[in-house]
Amino acid sequence: MTDLAGWGQTRRSVLARSAGVGVAVGTYGISFGALATTSGLSVVQACALSVLAFTGASQFAFVGVVGGGGSALAGTLTALLLGSRNALYGLRLGPMLRVGGLRRVVAAHLVIDESTAMAIAQDDEQASALAFWSTGLAVFTLWNLATVLGAVGATAFGDPKRLGLDAAVGAAFLGLLWPKLRGRPAWVTAGLAAAVALALSPVLTPGVPVLVAGTITVAVMMAADRENPGPT
Amino acid sequence: MIWAGVLGTAVGCYLLKLAGLSVPQRLLAAPRIRSMSALLPIALLAALTAVQVFGHGRGVALDARAAGLAFAVVALILRAPFLVVVVGAAAVAALLRALT
Repeated sequence: MTDLAGWGQTRRSVLARSAGVGVAVGTYGISFGALATTSGLSVVQACALSVLAFTGASQFAFVGVVGGGGSALAGTLTALLLGSRNALYGLRLGPMLRVGGLRRVVAAHLVIDESTAMAIAQDDEQASALAFWSTGLAVFTLWNLATVLGAVGATAFGDPKRLGLDAAVGAAFLGLLWPKLRGRPAWVTAGLAAAVALALSPVLTPGVPVLVAGTITVAVMMAADRENPGPT
Repeated sequence: MIWAGVLGTAVGCYLLKLAGLSVPQRLLAAPRIRSMSALLPIALLAALTAVQVFGHGRGVALDARAAGLAFAVVALILRAPFLVVVVGAAAVAALLRALT
């Protein structure tokens, strides 16, 4: 109230950054749409995931597992395990957004990596709420437009293997993983999970090794952390 | 079958988001839950990367996809945009397959 000019400036800067984040994430959406249809999903199924699930890493996981010969159930379980972090985001966002009723039902859909990161980065609750809504809506709009574009575009491509699109899926997972690889526990976790998943590939049906490797690795890391409570 | 998976993923992912905004704070705020949910995406994404790049049916193979991944690593170290990482990896693998 005392500093209206200051709020105007904050507001403009938040909105500009939200738009920037939306555009950047939109390019992920093109990759997602293309990889989804080359993994055996229809254009409508790819778009349904982007509109209804609306959480990038989980969507990539689902099409990766299904495209690799895994069952739809294994794909869904992997997607849900990855999506569980959004529940934790909601906990941090709750006090900033103070939403109830219908607004909470809508806000929940926009709880993703980007909207949470933008909201947490602000100095006060008013700016946090604005950052959450503007980033969430910008990403939702561009993510879905890009999914359609990528999905329709890829159906015109032809043989996905000749175009190296199987290699693109691996690169997409690594691209999502990369920013999270900070510190030794993260690297150890990643290395262990990758090794366990490959070791289990010959003995389990496709899709299941990823689920088992993910849960075993986290259990081992948590147990090690309990035995050796040092700085991490 | 794919539709069942698509809709299951959609409903489940939404309910997880809604749960976070709805449950009492203290329920999920425990430090162990926090560190577990930080590690889980790392483990799953690493496992997905490994299987996608080196998996071959029910075995392991080293082929053009590994070259694509090597490109992706270099591109990520150089802070290239996501689309460059993904398209570049595909191009490297495709090129290698065309040459061999």
